[in-house]
Amino acid sequence: MENKQPLLEVTNLKQHFRVSKKFTVKAVNGVSFKIYPGETYGLVGESGSGKSTIGRSIIRLYDPTGGEIKFDGVDISGKLTDKDNKHLRTNMQMIFQDPMACLNPRKKVLDIIAQGLDIHHLYKNKEERNEKVYKILEKVGLSKEHANRYPHQFSGGQRQRIGIARALIMNPKLIISDEAISALDVSIQAQVVNLMKEIQKETNTALLFIAHDLSMVKYISNRIGVLHLGYLLETGTTEEIFSNPIHPYTKSLISAIPHPNPNVEKNRIAVSYDYETSGIDYSKGVNKHIDGTHYVLATDEELNRWI
Amino acid sequence: MNNEKVLTIRDLSISFKTSSGMVNAIRGVKLDLYRGETLAIVGESGSGKSVTMKAAMGILSGNGEINSGSIDFTYYRDKEKVEVDILKLSKKEMRQRINGKRIAMIFQDPMTSLNPTMTIGAQIMEGMIWHYKTPKKEAYKRAVELLELVGITNAEKRMKNYPHQLSGGMRQRVVIAIALACDPDLLICDEPTTALDVTIQAKILELIKDIQKKLNISVIYITHDLGVVAKVADYVAVMYAGKIVEKGNVDEIFYDPRHPYTWGLLSAMPDIDTNDDKLYTIPGAPPNLLNKVEGDAFSPRNIYALNIDNRVEPPMFKITDTHYASTWLLHEKAPKIEMPKELRNRIDRMLKEATVNGK
Amino acid sequence: MSKELNYENIEFLENDFELVGKDNLAHESTLYANQSYWKDVLGRLKNNKGAIIGLICIILISFMAIVGVGLNGHSYDSQVIAHQNLAPRIPVIENIGIFDGSETMNTSQGAVEVNKYVSNDGSKTGLEDVYYWFGTDVLGRDIFTRTWIGTRISLYIALIAVVIDIIFGLSYGLISGYFGGAVDNIMQRFAEVLNGIPSLVIVTLLIIVMKPGLTTITFSLMITGWIGMNRIARAQMLKLKEQEFVLASRTLGAKSFFIIFKEILPNILGPIITNTMFSIPNAIFTEAFLAFIGLGVPAPMASLGSLISDAFKSFTTHPYMIVAPVLILAILMLSFNMLADGIRDAFDPKMKEM
Repeated sequence: MENKQPLLEVTNLKQHFRVSKKFTVKAVNGVSFKIYPGETYGLVGESGSGKSTIGRSIIRLYDPTGGEIKFDGVDISGKLTDKDNKHLRTNMQMIFQDPMACLNPRKKVLDIIAQGLDIHHLYKNKEERNEKVYKILEKVGLSKEHANRYPHQFSGGQRQRIGIARALIMNPKLIISDEAISALDVSIQAQVVNLMKEIQKETNTALLFIAHDLSMVKYISNRIGVLHLGYLLETGTTEEIFSNPIHPYTKSLISAIPHPNPNVEKNRIAVSYDYETSGIDYSKGVNKHIDGTHYVLATDEELNRWI
Repeated sequence: MNNEKVLTIRDLSISFKTSSGMVNAIRGVKLDLYRGETLAIVGESGSGKSVTMKAAMGILSGNGEINSGSIDFTYYRDKEKVEVDILKLSKKEMRQRINGKRIAMIFQDPMTSLNPTMTIGAQIMEGMIWHYKTPKKEAYKRAVELLELVGITNAEKRMKNYPHQLSGGMRQRVVIAIALACDPDLLICDEPTTALDVTIQAKILELIKDIQKKLNISVIYITHDLGVVAKVADYVAVMYAGKIVEKGNVDEIFYDPRHPYTWGLLSAMPDIDTNDDKLYTIPGAPPNLLNKVEGDAFSPRNIYALNIDNRVEPPMFKITDTHYASTWLLHEKAPKIEMPKELRNRIDRMLKEATVNGK
Repeated sequence: MSKELNYENIEFLENDFELVGKDNLAHESTLYANQSYWKDVLGRLKNNKGAIIGLICIILISFMAIVGVGLNGHSYDSQVIAHQNLAPRIPVIENIGIFDGSETMNTSQGAVEVNKYVSNDGSKTGLEDVYYWFGTDVLGRDIFTRTWIGTRISLYIALIAVVIDIIFGLSYGLISGYFGGAVDNIMQRFAEVLNGIPSLVIVTLLIIVMKPGLTTITFSLMITGWIGMNRIARAQMLKLKEQEFVLASRTLGAKSFFIIFKEILPNILGPIITNTMFSIPNAIFTEAFLAFIGLGVPAPMASLGSLISDAFKSFTTHPYMIVAPVLILAILMLSFNMLADGIRDAFDPKMKEM
């Protein structure tokens, strides 16, 4: 997979938000990673880690403060020409977290899903447009009759499927899933995740899966990146990260995963990690290669301590 | 575990009046809770788990109606045993005698559970002053003790802080401190860790467990997260569509589940060692309780449904003294259905792990 | 309902314990909510008695404003000096003893009953066959007809002013809220400055610059009325701007104006309609107030305010002149307010059901 050209290349992405004259929120601090065509990259972190911000910066809902984003060979981090903008908006799509808020309550499902087609004039006549929507509805497990209804007539899981349909109908090369399953019930989460995996197999779409649930991320991703306080601390394939976690934060995150196994769970003590007192300084760290695609953000002496 | 019952729920049936009709949210719940025990009520949205406990606290929303049933609560007042039916108490009596004093509840979102305009100290002391007329100085001392009990450093300084100055995990600790202020007999936790990061989650659960042991209070957890259940519960009740479909102690539910819905729930979570290509899921979605339920509510999503499931609702079948499940599959005439292969493998794996990790 | 099923007596059928198989699985097609949003709103509105009464009154008054002018044959501007200061006289009802053209006047000799139509002492007045249902004013004009013309003009002015205020204020607030930053700052500061100038000053200046007339009054109401709608639209926009469905539109490449008017606007119709309903009585009253202090429509045109102003001068001698326009104005204001209240409650139910 490494010989192929990366579909998305993020280099040293910085996103700062100016809250007031004296205070800037540094949400993302120099994050770099690559996503290859057809693979799933899991971006995991807790609240405040900057994972959602990264997703939104990549899809240009925010303007990046610094760094470079290359999508499909095109630089999308600076000012976008019309052509670049269209290329971005048709080939990269996003699914959102809150099933209640991600659909316009006053629009019919048919219009919601066809929105991308409408904006970029991707059909010749109304029948073609409707046909495309019906086909996509079938694909995500809904039916034709649902097209004429309004969002409030659906359950959370169904609304999330409509959101997926809206992204999918554009045939994107990359889908960014911003905590798309966090707000759903456990059994519905499983349904939606299965659906995403199926679609990926069929269309070979790359998926940037942003989440805080490490076990779900492990299940669905080929490669993983661990974020904390806006820094990408460790990245590698799922196998590499779980069999050989190097960074203490990664270790604490893995140890905190609850197991649905009472006898183990009752005795498990999570490994503690406190950045303030750990003696680690993220801003001084450099990407150190461990093996394969496994990288850790650390200074030399920190790395010596951990290995 | 004393065999003294703290909470006894029988035949609870609750409906809500909505613009589309009456929704029968709770359709006959029977539950027991013993002193010092932790009960976890598991279910997805719409199962009725929160509503059941809101009824026990007397905080059902305005359009809710109790159709039938009783919730008997036993507590000690001045060494004297008192038993009341919570559903028969008036709102005023609830507030004076029970809420905050004997039964305390903590909610999911620590951001909105605390009053943003009052200091932490004031909020903890409020309950004591109102219920027990504790003098201010004593209440202050006790509040500081409570803050230390829940693991907040610099407790004295924190007393003057406002909620927005604390992190999410700390806020939830303060909420727990407030709940414990009046020495309740029963603590109800409604998804207390869902809004918290996973590293903080474990700490909060451990904290509640510690406190429970120290003070010998009974705890009820309402959750959909099986990891939480595995960690804290002694006894588990699985709810679906307003009824309990399976209940048993935690080992029985996790290692020997009998109801197809429980199988589905256990299989739907990817655990850290899952290597399956596809997650086993329960097809469909929970039913719309506006319509009267014919037969078993779970039947439309049950690949192991029997014909009788569509006609008659299954009773609770006894598996052991503590383990019950409401499915016709347990009837003597029913075909012998085993749990799905993937689940069987996973459980075997978990059992092996358990013995390796020392139990 | 928890029936205790008597499980001993259940008759088991032959095939009860056979697996139903895959056909059993219900397709996920059950609806969660059947009501459309607008039906919900209308339903709540219909249940609000105050709002319905208000609506009926408004409809009745508007109807009379249209047809009332031609009802009794007198026109609104014909001045017959011989008929000045006549009390109300209604054909059939006068036989009962009320509205028979008589009025009690306080003279230096005490209260005297005077009837200018049919004199008490049998002398001819020449007005025996003349009927004025609400009486006449000081220039002999029929108050009934003038009242309805006045209502017509008042409603017209209010509606035009409010419509233009909505269109302008709405767009202004939406654009200002959506783009934020410097654009928002400048636009809102301008609105605030304008708001700070007393409207009376603006109106007076306008009347000096333009000729007093219908257009001038309408224009002056428009100038300051839009600021309220601007604030509401902006507040709603700020609330919805960061919602995920708006972000989704942006990620799909929708242009800003499309998002403002096609995505967000349909979601804020509730507060907008409510605010509109409240602005109408405000506009009516402002116009009436301006007319009362003499800045209203010029004679012989009438508006409710100018009628009240004229009648006010004869209030102590002929109180009947002021009753009709005041009553109509009060009912109109009250009805609009009750309707607006009902609409606001219909859009914003406080009771969240399941």
